[in-house]
Amino acid sequence: MEEDDLKKDNLIIAKKKFDSRLIVGTGKYKSMLECAKAIKFSGAEIVTVAVRRVNISNKNKPLLMDYIDPKKITYLPNTAGCFNSKDALRTLRLAREIGGWSLVKLEVLGDKTNLFPDMIETLKTTEVLAKEGFKVMVYCNDDPLMAKRLENSGADAIMPLAAPIGSGLGILNKINIQIIRKQTKLPLIIDAGLGQASDATIAMEMGCDGVLVNTAIAKARKPFEMALAFKNAVIAGRQCYNAGRINKTLMGNASSPIEGVI
Amino acid sequence: MKKIKIKVNGKVKTVLKNSILSDLLKNLNIPIKKVAIELNQEIIDKKRTNNIKLKKNDKIEIVHFIGGG
Repeated sequence: MEEDDLKKDNLIIAKKKFDSRLIVGTGKYKSMLECAKAIKFSGAEIVTVAVRRVNISNKNKPLLMDYIDPKKITYLPNTAGCFNSKDALRTLRLAREIGGWSLVKLEVLGDKTNLFPDMIETLKTTEVLAKEGFKVMVYCNDDPLMAKRLENSGADAIMPLAAPIGSGLGILNKINIQIIRKQTKLPLIIDAGLGQASDATIAMEMGCDGVLVNTAIAKARKPFEMALAFKNAVIAGRQCYNAGRINKTLMGNASSPIEGVI
Repeated sequence: MKKIKIKVNGKVKTVLKNSILSDLLKNLNIPIKKVAIELNQEIIDKKRTNNIKLKKNDKIEIVHFIGGG
């Protein structure tokens, strides 16, 4: 294999090329410095960010943009905390206004305890955002029918959950993810619920285009080492997918030739 | 000069009547390039904040990016 073959294997979202297939969240870190350092270790080129009120009573509070340079790392504004279409639209319109961001992550949640997405609100919002020129990466359920409808609504990437956000349970419904992979040519990114590096590898081996990880890195005992573990896991999984795994057989198949046995 | 009450990010603030939005942002030390501003639920063009006079009960939201998943 030529080294060039690997380099050409970019993640392409809304016509933008990325070398890394690992997207990381910037929440739950002990400090912005720790977050910025973890991003470096992860090799991620896209990071999710939340839109919140500026603290007007503490004027010297550090800003995320002072630690993570949006010219070097692609900011992916999210709608975390939005439970309906109206709030999600308001949030992303504001996000775009901050500095021209049109690539966004839409997540409209439906339940405060399990954090599952409200797919009816999500579909509605995707349609409006696409019409307004946003490039929408959509957090969704691992439901092939909903994924199809999202695709028809103008989504730029489908991002089904592996398991509830922050749960660390890994991919619960591999069959559904495989069905979604088969039916869509859109970037398919596993978002939410991964707990360990091998979860990311499994997603990539199944042919997913990328994974989005936050809690599993931020809340690991050693976030920097975990960031590196996820980076390597994503690369390994992608390489395995590209290389093409062998067929499974029930019986053994000797690796050493029988001929010439003494 | 008459004073009016407005709300900035949910907090009541008293300012002079006909104050200019850009002056308020300056007083609050807001890094304009890193925020978005809403006035009464409508997004404001950041280049035009010096043309906007504040009125009684105006609701201003100033948002920026923070860490999130």
